[in-house]
Amino acid sequence: MSTRNRTVTDTFTLLRRNLRHTIRYPSMTIGSVFGPVIMLLLFVGVLGKTLGRGLATASGAHASDYIGYIAPGIIITAVASGSMATAVAVCVDMTEGIVDRFRTMPISRVAILAAHVINSVLTTVVSTGSVIAVAILLGFRPHASVGQWLAAGGLLLALSIALTWLAVAMGLVSATPEAASNSPMLIVFLPFVGSAFAPASSMPAGVRQFAEYQPFTPAIESVRALLTGGPVGHHATLALGWCLVLGATGYAWAVAAFAKPRAH
Amino acid sequence: MAVMTTTTAPDLAISVSGLRKSFGDKAVLDGVDLAVQNGTVFALLGPNGAGKTTTVRILSTLIASDGGRVAVAGHDVAVAPDEVRAVIGVTGQFSAVDNLLTARENLILMADLYRLGRRAGRTRAGELLDRFGLADVADEPLSTYSGGMRRRLDLAMTLVGGPSVIFLDEPTTGLDPRSRRELWRIVRELVADGVTVLLTTQYLEEADQLADRIAVLDGGRIVAEGTAAELKRLIPGGHITLRFADPSGLSAAAAAFGASQRGVTTDEDALTLQLPGDGGVGSLRDVLDRLDAVGARAEEISVHTPDLDDVFLALTTGR
Repeated sequence: MSTRNRTVTDTFTLLRRNLRHTIRYPSMTIGSVFGPVIMLLLFVGVLGKTLGRGLATASGAHASDYIGYIAPGIIITAVASGSMATAVAVCVDMTEGIVDRFRTMPISRVAILAAHVINSVLTTVVSTGSVIAVAILLGFRPHASVGQWLAAGGLLLALSIALTWLAVAMGLVSATPEAASNSPMLIVFLPFVGSAFAPASSMPAGVRQFAEYQPFTPAIESVRALLTGGPVGHHATLALGWCLVLGATGYAWAVAAFAKPRAH
Repeated sequence: MAVMTTTTAPDLAISVSGLRKSFGDKAVLDGVDLAVQNGTVFALLGPNGAGKTTTVRILSTLIASDGGRVAVAGHDVAVAPDEVRAVIGVTGQFSAVDNLLTARENLILMADLYRLGRRAGRTRAGELLDRFGLADVADEPLSTYSGGMRRRLDLAMTLVGGPSVIFLDEPTTGLDPRSRRELWRIVRELVADGVTVLLTTQYLEEADQLADRIAVLDGGRIVAEGTAAELKRLIPGGHITLRFADPSGLSAAAAAFGASQRGVTTDEDALTLQLPGDGGVGSLRDVLDRLDAVGARAEEISVHTPDLDDVFLALTTGR
């Protein structure tokens, strides 16, 4: 069997194992839905009125449509937290003896990581879909064509794959599951220092530059433009570029980290 | 100690020469040589920290060595790890089962990873469940399993791919005596089928029971190697211990046997006299006759033949 075929076969075999884990122990998945939903309720139900007025001053948007502004940001947060949950799953898995068993077997090593990535991306699709559904229930009214929905979905998928590879690497280099749950926090909260909840232009200098150029802002702007109408412009290209950079970095880091044996 | 040549003899399942490994500035393996014949059980015996697990981790391609040459089934582990992985099975010290799957799912996972095919894989899983007495609990969650059941599943998973060389790292540590004997039985069956087994253990009885050859590892070096009988011959032979009721009996006997003679020791506090001897009927009769001749009456007589414990304690450093 060729190396590539072997990798594909092994990936699907191991993916079945990971999916069983997710279905039997869905608490991590449920958690990555809960976080963004609570954020949605908080920003719309509790802080919405004030923030909406502030947004109207900053951008000229309608104060009552704050949910239309933040829903794309929360969707991105859902993708980020869903993807980042992989770090804990990978770290826990590495502490189990079975991964050492895999390492002594004639199987593709990348397959062990790729199975985690695919499992996590599938879970993130489900959790992000749930978050979108709740947003719609709360009054989010996207007016996008099928093509725009597909484009937004594709971008979210690319973002999820890129962030998941990064999370796999973080999980591999974390000594304990606790550490593995802390380090990705930085990434989950990064959309806040972007255009998720307030336009970058309303932020103080310094923070503003960071918000404008950080990886999440073009993704948020693209999804917002695709779902609520508006010019996508160069945002989509920038967002996909970031996905490529983050994904490639995450992949290379993860493969290198997995090649190193873990101390017992 | 075994004499190693630089080429791998075809009848060697495992050949190790000059193996070195350090963690930081601590040398864990300091020039280890091993030669394991095909179809035999080889025990690596040593105290905690001797380097047993490190040796297994290098031989099973988990970690790289710092120096020396290791060949398993004729393949160099550093050059052709995938060829080595294709023929080995490893049951480590830490249970290597997937706790979130059932026993059957664990075995089918292995079968799929060895690409046995759907039908053949399920048949193989069923056979192994029967053979290891797990058929009744095959579809129960592993959280309900005892330590012994878990170890049996672990070993069953190691066998799915039909390995020709099996590494067992302290396979019975933490098991109750019944489970331990059960595992020994399985190891004997494997060897009867022509499999080569390298096992590490700190239990001398285990090495004595199972191994064709034993190497004693201490401080990263092989301090002795041979069959159990050869190792027992390495240390001073057996002795006979006589215990007396009073000091006068002891001194009379000590005078009769010549307290200054080699191998004869007296213990005034315990009122015992220790004499060299193999515990054969002839030598015992001789001892009793000489006691009678001087009128000394022994309260108790005990015979001690050397066992691997003596070898272990004599050859390894206490830490």
